[in-house]
Amino acid sequence: MDTQSSQLQFRPPPEDPDFRDLRVRSRDAVSFLFTGLTGLATWAIIAILGVILANILLNGWSGLSWRFITSGSDQDMFDVNTAGVLPMIIGTSARVILMTIFVIPIGVITAIYLTEYARGTSLLTRIIRGAVNNLAGVPSIVFGLFGLGFFISFVGGSMDALFRPNNPEPLWGKPAILWASLTLAVMTLPVVIVATEESLKAIPLGLREASLALGATKLQTIWKIVLPQALPGILTGGILSISRAAGEVAPILFTGAAYYMAGYPAALTDQFMDLGYHVYILSTQSPNIELTRPLLYATVLVLLMLTFALNIVAILIRGRMRRQMRALQ
Amino acid sequence: MKTSSKTWLTALMAAAALQFQTGALQAGNITAKGSDTLVTLAQKWAEVYMKKNPDTKIQVTGGGSGTGFAALQNQTTDLANASRPIKPKEVAECIKAFKKRPTEYKVALDGLSVYVHESNPVQELTIEQLDLIFTGKVTNWKELGGSDASITVYSRENSSGTYEFFKEHVLGGKDFVSSAQTLQGTAQVVQAVAKEPKGIGYGGAAYAEGIRQLKIKKDAASPGIAPTEENIVNQTYPIWRYLYIYVNPNLDKGEINAYLKWIRSDEGQSVVKDIGYFPLPKNWRS
Amino acid sequence: MAQSSGNENSGPSWLGTARGHRARPFEWLVEKLIMLVSLSAILMVFLIFLFVARESLPILFGQMDSSVAAEPVISPEEIDQVPPERLRTYLGLSASEMKEFDQETLRLLVEVKAEEIANAPTDKDAGVNTVSWRYLLLPHQWTGYDQPEYIWQPVSQIHKYNIIPLFLGSLKATLVALLFAVPISLAAAIYVSQLAAPRTKEILKPIIEMLAGIPSVVLGFFALIVMASVLYPLYPEASRLNAIVAGLALGFAIIPVVFSIAEDALTSVPRSYTQAALALGSSKWQAAWKVVLPAAIPGVFAAVVLGFGRAIGETMIVLMASGNASIMSLSLFDSVRTITATIAAELAETVFGGHHYRMLFLLGTLLFAVTFISNLIADQVIHRLKARLEGKG
Repeated sequence: MDTQSSQLQFRPPPEDPDFRDLRVRSRDAVSFLFTGLTGLATWAIIAILGVILANILLNGWSGLSWRFITSGSDQDMFDVNTAGVLPMIIGTSARVILMTIFVIPIGVITAIYLTEYARGTSLLTRIIRGAVNNLAGVPSIVFGLFGLGFFISFVGGSMDALFRPNNPEPLWGKPAILWASLTLAVMTLPVVIVATEESLKAIPLGLREASLALGATKLQTIWKIVLPQALPGILTGGILSISRAAGEVAPILFTGAAYYMAGYPAALTDQFMDLGYHVYILSTQSPNIELTRPLLYATVLVLLMLTFALNIVAILIRGRMRRQMRALQ
Repeated sequence: MKTSSKTWLTALMAAAALQFQTGALQAGNITAKGSDTLVTLAQKWAEVYMKKNPDTKIQVTGGGSGTGFAALQNQTTDLANASRPIKPKEVAECIKAFKKRPTEYKVALDGLSVYVHESNPVQELTIEQLDLIFTGKVTNWKELGGSDASITVYSRENSSGTYEFFKEHVLGGKDFVSSAQTLQGTAQVVQAVAKEPKGIGYGGAAYAEGIRQLKIKKDAASPGIAPTEENIVNQTYPIWRYLYIYVNPNLDKGEINAYLKWIRSDEGQSVVKDIGYFPLPKNWRS
Repeated sequence: MAQSSGNENSGPSWLGTARGHRARPFEWLVEKLIMLVSLSAILMVFLIFLFVARESLPILFGQMDSSVAAEPVISPEEIDQVPPERLRTYLGLSASEMKEFDQETLRLLVEVKAEEIANAPTDKDAGVNTVSWRYLLLPHQWTGYDQPEYIWQPVSQIHKYNIIPLFLGSLKATLVALLFAVPISLAAAIYVSQLAAPRTKEILKPIIEMLAGIPSVVLGFFALIVMASVLYPLYPEASRLNAIVAGLALGFAIIPVVFSIAEDALTSVPRSYTQAALALGSSKWQAAWKVVLPAAIPGVFAAVVLGFGRAIGETMIVLMASGNASIMSLSLFDSVRTITATIAAELAETVFGGHHYRMLFLLGTLLFAVTFISNLIADQVIHRLKARLEGKG
């Protein structure tokens, strides 16, 4: 075997330096060094993540208590002993739940069109995909401007002019939880589309063909066979969009978040307090940063736990889905 | 599974619709909106007052002095909290809306402190020196009797009332030096100065570790005055401002009038100190 | 139902299944509706551009005037002698408002207008329209300044709106972020996709992607409260909050973006490339560096471009950790004021429809254009790369 291979060994022309490099023995020092360096970079990223999480966890843990999570900040939002984050948890939850009502149907239907109906090569499909990719890259502050210019000024303003022509007091044309949710829905549309598409593509074609062969129409097949199968993927998309939206502050700065308000948002036209925005307020507006530090860290920890819990759930569902997909194929 | 999710959705939408209806009708008896500087104080006033008068409901929101004036013009709020006096343009809008000048009530005093790092040997500065520092004409502590180190200037965001006040009353309307770092709140300024030995910043009264509030001299000849409560209330400390509440005079009766009177009474003024501001001098109270 | 089989025969693919059958108008209708809904993504991109740009149009086309020159005062006593039309333009009222107001209201308005004019600046620059392009882009010697300078001071007697310092600030913070994040993410992408054992890869990848799950306001908080204090002793002569601190935190935010796309591009290079290289006796590293990376280089480029777009558009981190001073300085140790932070910090207090408000929308429009173009480039590059690799593989 050995002699054979040495006889058959291909001799490269000596003037081709690239080829010569490839033949350097596999355990050479350069390879060893760079493998180590890239591994180091990977671990550096994980270390950064670890340091951030550990810092927040260690400093925030002591401030976390049942009272902190279940009380509001009626007394003074900077008072370490009485202030709580319940209104912010409720505000943030309300705005993301409202958002999913808008974004999931539109995102799922778009994904269905892209995978089940559209031909991948058609111009329209390419434009839709381009738009989705582009939407994913629009800066979050531009969404904030858009929410203000479109939803509040244009849509809200028109609604006021239409329904309450004689009332100078704007009801719709002002920052509100409805507009913040809609702005976030536009922002997270690509997340839902991409996740749903991925799960739709994972469903074997045979399943669809079997359904058709049994006499079901295409729509029936999509509704009864494809969608139920894709449910985990849709769920993942929804959760990822919630996790992304829950932590976003820039788009809601001008569209609905309140610096402070008593009570909870009771109507779609009310403003709301928000966890992320509250982190910003606590770290920049507190009268005594040292004194309110435990409050700040605890609030950050709550926000992080919320977004991370959602993320981990999404990763788990997705992992399970991928394993199932592999098993099917 | 399918039916349950459907019912759930229907229920949710019904609830949303219902809440939207009640929300539109539901409103506090008195609404106050405006300056973020005043929001904590206004909230405290509302709370104490509501405890005494359970029939009155008061709702407070922030958003900035300008936002409060806009709401006053649009008649979406009864009271506009402000950390600066109303501008003629805003008065004009109010006149267009309700044919009268809004009534101005001074409700508290606020002293602006100038902070330096605790290790900084400079103890007092004149208003003119502050002007030179914050407009960038003086850039080294040496020129002010300190050590040989460049000055790092901290300012506030230009949307804040504090920024405008400092610019008008200390800089005489001139621009802040471009290299001034603009931070979003008193806390950020205090924290930055506490960590930077050559820093200087301004903001509300703050008692944090690592910083010292400078004594301020009106001019080179006058004595340095510390921003203590006594000095601010008797107005010997040179950098102070009023905090205001503006109201539509057509509404200034009954419950609203009673509330405004209470705020400026000894009882209302006793709340002010807890929040870090200063009560009105006795002769200004109602 | 049986008729449907005819349709399937017309095309081998499932995609064509429901096309062209008039026998089921309901399905046809639903299909069209689905298509219409799927256009919403296009509609939204279009609307975003339309409504953000719309608010900035008056400045874009030079129809806005921000000059604050004083006019001659009309005193309340002479109100009866002034022709109504002159009074109307003086007070800036509409014709219907003019009709509606009684004499008393007009007198009040004239009084207030006089106060406004009394407060107006008498500066030599008062007549300058500072929102015209010349003052947005070129330096000018303003009153109180020793030389022509690029100044962003919107809340001032003379509103100074030079956008150059803001662009410089955004670019500086982005540059630091890219210099830090690109090498480290690329190295990690090479390691995870080419060098690590498959099982290690399955653990590493989601962990790195978790970094994307940290909200930017939390990264901003971390940069402001922790990083600025930790890094400051390294450069005690410089500003505590500066382009380095903000840029590093921005780097944390774009690492998952650059990593994911680069890793994706490297993984999509057919396995046979690596196998061929290994069979020729190269090490795993050599195969990754000399064979796989060159094949995937457009994807790496796209990752960098998208990272750039994400970094320049990020708001909360730079708002909290950059120091926000609008300086014309090339030093990375100076504070920076970025476009995004400027919009976030200033918009809340501006007057709807005023020049400051429109100026911030103009910044938003420019930002949108920059990220739109970088997205488009990245999109095209990835598309071509995929097509090429699939063709070859």
